[in-house]
Amino acid sequence: MALEHASLIESLGYLALRLWPVWLALFGVLSLTAAFRGRLGAYGALVSGNVGRIGLSICLFWLFAALFADVVAPFTAGEQLLAMKLASPGAIDPETGEIFVFGGDILGRDVFSRMIYGSQVVLLIAPVATIFAMMVGITLGLPAAYFGGFMDTVLSFLANMVLSFPVILLFYILVTPGVQETSLPRVFSGILFLFPIIFVCLLFYTRYSLRPGLVTLQLLATLLVGGWIYAGLVFDADPLGIVHISKNHLNIFVAVVFAVSPSVFRIVRGFTLEIKTKDYIAAAQTRGEGAWYIMLWEMLPNARGLLVTDICLRIGYTTILLGTLGYLGLGLASESPDWGTAIKDSGALLRVYAHPALPPVIALMSLVLGLNLLADALREQAFRD
Amino acid sequence: MQESAVGKALPGPLRNAVPWRSLYYGVRGWGWFLLRRLLQMVVMMFFVSMAVFYLVNIEPNLKKYAMSETHARAGDQEIERWLERHGYRDNFFVRYGEWLGVLPKHPTLDADGNAVQRFSFCEEPAVASFDGVLQGNFGCSTKFDAPVADKISGALRATGILMFWAFVVMVPAALAAGVLAGIREGTRTDRALTTGMVLTTSMPEYVAGVLLTIVFASWLGLLNGSAATATTQGVTFNNIALPVITIAIHGAGYIARMTRVSMAEVMQQNYIRTARLKGLKYPTIIFRHALRNGMITPFTIIMLQFPWMLNGVIIVELMFRYQGFGFTMIQAADSNDIDLLLACSLVSVFVVLSTQIISDIGYILLNPRIRTQ
Repeated sequence: MALEHASLIESLGYLALRLWPVWLALFGVLSLTAAFRGRLGAYGALVSGNVGRIGLSICLFWLFAALFADVVAPFTAGEQLLAMKLASPGAIDPETGEIFVFGGDILGRDVFSRMIYGSQVVLLIAPVATIFAMMVGITLGLPAAYFGGFMDTVLSFLANMVLSFPVILLFYILVTPGVQETSLPRVFSGILFLFPIIFVCLLFYTRYSLRPGLVTLQLLATLLVGGWIYAGLVFDADPLGIVHISKNHLNIFVAVVFAVSPSVFRIVRGFTLEIKTKDYIAAAQTRGEGAWYIMLWEMLPNARGLLVTDICLRIGYTTILLGTLGYLGLGLASESPDWGTAIKDSGALLRVYAHPALPPVIALMSLVLGLNLLADALREQAFRD
Repeated sequence: MQESAVGKALPGPLRNAVPWRSLYYGVRGWGWFLLRRLLQMVVMMFFVSMAVFYLVNIEPNLKKYAMSETHARAGDQEIERWLERHGYRDNFFVRYGEWLGVLPKHPTLDADGNAVQRFSFCEEPAVASFDGVLQGNFGCSTKFDAPVADKISGALRATGILMFWAFVVMVPAALAAGVLAGIREGTRTDRALTTGMVLTTSMPEYVAGVLLTIVFASWLGLLNGSAATATTQGVTFNNIALPVITIAIHGAGYIARMTRVSMAEVMQQNYIRTARLKGLKYPTIIFRHALRNGMITPFTIIMLQFPWMLNGVIIVELMFRYQGFGFTMIQAADSNDIDLLLACSLVSVFVVLSTQIISDIGYILLNPRIRTQ
């Protein structure tokens, strides 16, 4: 059966129209930023250069695409239309009259819709995993460098041990069905997810310990919210039933945090060693400030440029890692729309049908590129200060 | 102390994390330094292998293995008995010691108490003896029906060829681009090259590989989209070009960026200004004065690129079906081939750690300020 095809211009027009919420949101944010640039401080300065502007636009594009996926994508991620099996780009679905802008894949799913839904998976896991890894790395890296001694030796050794291991092999050992059956992911997550709670508690406690009323309130709130999320993530026992993560995703999440946090640890340890010798640290010590106050409220703010840059780079890296997991078929469900899995699925037919492979490939590349450009702009700004 | 490229070390304030910092902790000459690093490496390999040994021997994996070995829908009891008889129910540390070769390995016994060979393709000791990794016996691969040592050495040779060509392509291209951009910092050439570098670092191997295959194999039909023939019929330009370029692309961007930063910094040093004021020709300044100092960081970076390359190699070998080390490792992991997987981890950790040592040594050799200390 021959399918009708829309012309190239029609297809492009359709694509542009489909993405209208994204354009609107993007236009809104960028014009607001441009209008109030002078008053936005570091963020405003970021978009004064071309690199920052392009990087930010790409990242925001994918963020909004993920947010408005339900409106943007004409089909759901798993919807299979037999007639559209391996349809070439621009083919029109006879049933709904929608255009398959990027064609159909081997199961007759709309490649465009899957690409849009894929951004949800990536943008949900990658930034959150990165933030978790940052907190683990910071909570361990600061005291290791500040106090030194035995703890530093042990932690550095452990970090080096994880880092001496090729990431893919680590994933193959940590994210297998065999491991998922054991309690290992739960134990790992139980340990790793404690650090964000510890981190936030320390943050409040060191700052406001002189105001007992306030600090008690803050700590209680942290423990309540943290404990709630913790229960949902680790034990899958959220009393409200909102926080829920599947076993697959928990396993991936833990593996990614585990693989990324040692390098954060090392970077944090590096800059702490450097900042430790600065005069304002000596001044704080002379004032009689506590060690944790100095680490969290004197050192950390002074490394913020570095940290923000690092987060950007690292989210890009985590995106690549997630893609790797999908590409190797580890952890993620086989019908998951994420880009790595999509690339793997299209790989078998690559020589005959290239069109299902291109959208996820370009999507992944553009997001990582956007994050890298953003990191570049941030770094330049951090050096200007 | 060991700074690997993991997390992509940033230029600027982080440069204090360079490897030679470790020398401050007590320099007593070369021998001492090397000995310390080697000792560190041995200790780390010991712990890593123990961790991997634990992880590949978790209960579900053993059950699966026993199930496939008994060739039957065996009951739980039967599986338990099989595991018992083959020593899988011994104490963890005993088994690890046997694998390592510090405890005697016991032969598998049949019903009459005679030693039997479990595999037709791979010899096992008939009497209890020390026969582990330390004695050079890595065990038997159940997936490939061969001794692990044979399988690994063949696979490593294939990967060595791939890595060699990837380096031959990657390093000169990256250094040339980085130096060119670095000595003309801020010009249009610099901007164009830097954009290219960012673009290539944003392309993981599975992205670059797909794009290259579409362009060069599907559309132009110039190169082979599969490198399977490279390991069976010998390497030709057609079958290995795509894997090599794919690996080179992702690594080159990073090396080039680091080279650019390093060169740009060197070009602002006082001794370059002095050389200029002295009236030296531009090429002389670049080749005699700037390059030598500008190359120190890139060298370290190149060596530390190894762990990353190892990852890239695994993906690329899988993608192009090149039967090398990475391909073998993935197959071992997929089919739960315990001995092979253990050996693969050991080899890759060894490679990563030894490149770190080499990079430290190279750093000291290249940097006269440290060499004379």
